[in-house]
Amino acid sequence: MRQKLLVLFILVFLAGFLLALKKGVFSVSNDESIGLIIPDIVDYNFHIKPILSDNCYTCHGPDANKRKAGLRLDLEGTAFLELKESPGKFALVPGEPKNSKAYLHIITDDPEVIMPPSDSKLSLNSYEKKLIKKWIEQGAKFEKHWAFIPPAKKEVPKSEESQWGNNEIDAFILEELELNNLNPSVKASTETLIRRISLDLTGLPPDADQVKGLLDNHTDDFSFTIDKFLASSGYGEYMTQSWLDLARYADSHGYQDDSYRTMWPWRDWVIHAFNKNLPYDEFLTWQLAGDLLPNATKEQVLATGFNRNHPITQEGGVIQEEYRVNYVLDRTNTLGKGILGLTLECARCHEHKYDAISQKNYYELFSFFNQVDEKGLQMDAVQAKNQKYYADPPYIEISADETEDLLSFINMEKNTQIKVMVMNDSAPKTSFILNRGEYDQPTDSVEPSTPQTIYPFPKGLPQNRLGLAKWITDKNNPLTARVFVNRIWTMLFGRGLVETTEDFGVQGSLPTHPELLDWLAVDFMEHNWDIKYLLKKIMLSSTYQQESKFRPDLRQVDPENKLLGRMPRFRMSGEMIRDYILTTSGLLNAKIGGSSVKPYQPAGLWEETNAGNNRGILTTYVPDDGDDLYRRSLYTFWKRTLPPPNMTIFDAPTRDFCEVRRQKTNTPLQALALQNDVQVLEAARVLAERTVVERVENQDMITDVFRRILVRSPADEELLTLKKYYGDAVNTYLKDIEGAKKLIAVGEYEHLNTDPVKTAALMLTAQVIYNLDETITKE
Amino acid sequence: MEKDKKKSENPLKVNRRHFFSQLSVGIGSLALGSLLIPDLFKGVTSERLTHPLGVAHFAPKAKRVIYLFQAGAPSQLETFDYKPTLRKRMGEDLPESIRNGQRLTGMTANQDKFPLMPPAVDFKQHGESGTWVSDFFPHTAKIADEITVVRSMHTEAINHDPAITFFQTGSQISGRPSMGSWLSYGLGSENKNLPSFVVLTSRGKGNSQGLYSKLWSSGFLDSKHQGVLLRSGKDPVLYLNDPEGISRSDKRHLLDQVSSLNKLHHAETGDDEIESRIAQYEMAYRMQMSVPDVMDISKEPESIIKLYGEDCQVPGTYAANALQARRLAENGVRFIQLYHQGWDQHGNLPNEMAGQAKDVDQASAALVLDLKQRGMLEDTLVIWGGEFGRGNYCQGKFDPTNYGRDHHPRAFSIWMAGGGIKPGLNYGKTDEFGYNVVENPVHINDFHATLMHTLGLDHEQLTYKYQGRRFRLTDVAGNVIKDLLT
Repeated sequence: MRQKLLVLFILVFLAGFLLALKKGVFSVSNDESIGLIIPDIVDYNFHIKPILSDNCYTCHGPDANKRKAGLRLDLEGTAFLELKESPGKFALVPGEPKNSKAYLHIITDDPEVIMPPSDSKLSLNSYEKKLIKKWIEQGAKFEKHWAFIPPAKKEVPKSEESQWGNNEIDAFILEELELNNLNPSVKASTETLIRRISLDLTGLPPDADQVKGLLDNHTDDFSFTIDKFLASSGYGEYMTQSWLDLARYADSHGYQDDSYRTMWPWRDWVIHAFNKNLPYDEFLTWQLAGDLLPNATKEQVLATGFNRNHPITQEGGVIQEEYRVNYVLDRTNTLGKGILGLTLECARCHEHKYDAISQKNYYELFSFFNQVDEKGLQMDAVQAKNQKYYADPPYIEISADETEDLLSFINMEKNTQIKVMVMNDSAPKTSFILNRGEYDQPTDSVEPSTPQTIYPFPKGLPQNRLGLAKWITDKNNPLTARVFVNRIWTMLFGRGLVETTEDFGVQGSLPTHPELLDWLAVDFMEHNWDIKYLLKKIMLSSTYQQESKFRPDLRQVDPENKLLGRMPRFRMSGEMIRDYILTTSGLLNAKIGGSSVKPYQPAGLWEETNAGNNRGILTTYVPDDGDDLYRRSLYTFWKRTLPPPNMTIFDAPTRDFCEVRRQKTNTPLQALALQNDVQVLEAARVLAERTVVERVENQDMITDVFRRILVRSPADEELLTLKKYYGDAVNTYLKDIEGAKKLIAVGEYEHLNTDPVKTAALMLTAQVIYNLDETITKE
Repeated sequence: MEKDKKKSENPLKVNRRHFFSQLSVGIGSLALGSLLIPDLFKGVTSERLTHPLGVAHFAPKAKRVIYLFQAGAPSQLETFDYKPTLRKRMGEDLPESIRNGQRLTGMTANQDKFPLMPPAVDFKQHGESGTWVSDFFPHTAKIADEITVVRSMHTEAINHDPAITFFQTGSQISGRPSMGSWLSYGLGSENKNLPSFVVLTSRGKGNSQGLYSKLWSSGFLDSKHQGVLLRSGKDPVLYLNDPEGISRSDKRHLLDQVSSLNKLHHAETGDDEIESRIAQYEMAYRMQMSVPDVMDISKEPESIIKLYGEDCQVPGTYAANALQARRLAENGVRFIQLYHQGWDQHGNLPNEMAGQAKDVDQASAALVLDLKQRGMLEDTLVIWGGEFGRGNYCQGKFDPTNYGRDHHPRAFSIWMAGGGIKPGLNYGKTDEFGYNVVENPVHINDFHATLMHTLGLDHEQLTYKYQGRRFRLTDVAGNVIKDLLT
């Protein structure tokens, strides 16, 4: 009954809303800003700078080469100067919009002088114009960009009305909700929470026994549950999974011939580092500069493989220097996007148009990574194949003996040896600003350094990658902790407190809860950059533990759920979906680490697109057999020019460069993959066979399959639907036993000799459940 | 970070503003009808909404594109750019005044001589246009008055990967959306049962280079705009085929259960993303019918088979793909991208090019004629060409019957037909060595701008904001070549 009422309510609401759309909103859509309320106090960072940056900085911003009329609006020191082309006039006069030329140009109707100019295709709406007017009236005050001001813990707000909340996080969330007259949602069911926590910490669903155990022992406090999952080795694997996108990890070199490389021991190290909870500052330091640490261990050197994960060409005809420079650029860009949350690459070719990052700043950072003793092209694909040459210098060699001792986290076969690419500084050279970013157009020389605007490079630090790592992990660096905390938040909530996880610069989105972001960042650093602590802190909040149902009031006031009046629900990644299916069917092979594996993949994909004549190494795809078909997806072989299709269909990037945010699309190709990928069909078959063997009663079988997959009991209507479907399928296959046999023949995994009709019908029932939105969604 | 109560209301205000700004976009997209409505509630961020999608900026001439990409880079000197001087000065060193500092690939950079090499094939003029075409392409020669040859294409890249990436995405660096994705994003789909951007690949016997899925990637655009690889054989779209032992009606029955359980969950959670998923499952079901239908050429008459050549009955050949392209075009696919590999003639050029030309010549011409006889040529833009040109000097041992040519970025030829392009035009000129453009240069950015123009899109207006910057297919350059347009 309650459900029906809810449906009715939603329907009425929708109908009303649609009517409103038709009647009103479309007709006034030329000015979308009508009805927006101008705040009493206009804030530079939150209100004004986004407008100026987006509309004005291209010609009146940091880039001196593109600057028009000598006007620079991004700096306080220049914005108030007398205009060169209009003596006695000023772009901005505090308190006097009528005497501020910038404002007058914005509001004019004259197409000759209007700003932004008509050929820019940009224009300001009336809300934005009013904001600028009010800002000038209130004194036109400038502030430093919010993300460059070091975070500080502000006093935690206290609600006068509500007792809701488990910790500080909730206080910040509740404050915003109350300002909008909204309440938080109730706590999710224990089963939902166990599934949610398990997915968020291990990327896997909890198994039925685990759930039962946790339900039996359960108090209202989820500490125990969280600790249990944090301690499982699946934790490190899951955290590594998303780090691989950032680190552009792959098992092939990329570019033209895209041959094999052996970087997987580095990946095994990342798993190990997360599992032993290496503090984030050390985690970064080792990867950026492990080789430069005093008495560096082999493990620390191995960690620097991070910066050799970029694509490397094996195309015979390339110009060495062009590609060598490309690799250094890639490292610089990865540092920006992945660790500092800045789109540094804009400054590769010209002064940054929006952020105060000069081209000089860019090449100063570049120079840290420019000392490696490496070549643009070491060997072409044919030579590499002939010489079994899977790593370009510099590299370290790891023997199986070593993995019995110091490097025990590397899963290596006995009596083998492997080369892994790492960093060194063995080829010191002077770096230059490259005109237009071209390798053959050096201009002024630069020294290794970091952008002053973020945080000045402390005196006394070595001017090498170790110094850079120390600058990155300095508690005064305003970005590193914020960016990482936001990254973790994004993993849990599907969207960051700063939505643009890759861009904390002027053009990035503003934080929805700036004080919470800062509180978390400072708290994280105060707790010694402890990643597990951070995760647990967030997961223990009432905010995280809310249910994810859409409430009509929330939808109306906050359709994007930025205020977090409910937990977001969103689709899992391709890797998680595949792992989910392997786990719930009982097929998952829990082995950790080792060389990458080749599970099922539609035949012919590599063959159709390779260079022909078997040139290079990865020209044909031969799937593995046995247990290797059922490894976790982070071990699936990653060929950059043709990544695993069941991952890319679910928005995995190619790994050609650093990526920190995946899309969450919803496409017909995903529907096809879930219906017809052998991996899914086989899982449904194996699950059906096992259930048929274990259970006799039909009803039990279906409930059992449902529970295994969705980690909850079916509602009556759900069970009824599935039972009826199962019955129909039994009847169909009774008339077509050959069909049943064909269906359950799918996949290599050992067949149990179960009744084909029952098995086929139950397999399709499992297929129905595997194809449900709920199955592939983190609720 | 100072903040007061008033200010803290703002993020939400911004939300609402973006929310409503989507509605204004919605007007242009109403063609999408009910499919759009769930999106309204999803609260898509403003980044997606910088342009009223699904509508052209001005009246288009072309509605769709068939791009016959010749991967590996066919030599302009053995196709469309006839240079008798090379014969007169055969074996002489390429004058430094002509090379003029052009960087060379590692394959010929160390040659001490750059002897000029004439084509090993004859050229004749064809049609009223008098277009020069080499004898490797007798069928193309016959449609000389239908096509426009551009002999003044140029690029910056000198290696395959960056050069193809540049052509397909407007940037040499990976990560930008492909041309077909931009068009899908800008114009939407004409057929709700087929993807709007489709890719077909084939390979000749010539020296070839790999292809990469990034060439049809949607980059930072929504991945529904990514190219869908249509493959020969029984599973033309990945995972399209149902497993053995399940009939079409069984499948329908299964999907009905999925839908009804999804609907229950939708009622429970109120999340419209679930409705959208139900719709995607329906589209997938329809694709299982529509894709095999469109790929089934068994009902094509004998005359068509003859027109494209017998090879068109062999799945996976260029000829089969060309015929397929016409069928996809008829069914409303917006961008049909063919790749034919094997055009990288560093050696054995006369032999290999003859073979490559034989693969593609008849079917390419047939496609133009076939579109014309159906009245589709006027709104279908057909393009034929590779990623750069080839050098006028010999690579390797000097032998006029068996020579190679290295990559050359400064001048190469492509042809275009239909879709708002003037027929029978010869556009642009190179010097007598076929090395430098001397008249009407067309850069890749210009080519993109022109292509978009024929489709009714202003290349400066079709933008997508990503990482704080508005990106375009043409990056920051590109001019529409008006002379090429009807």
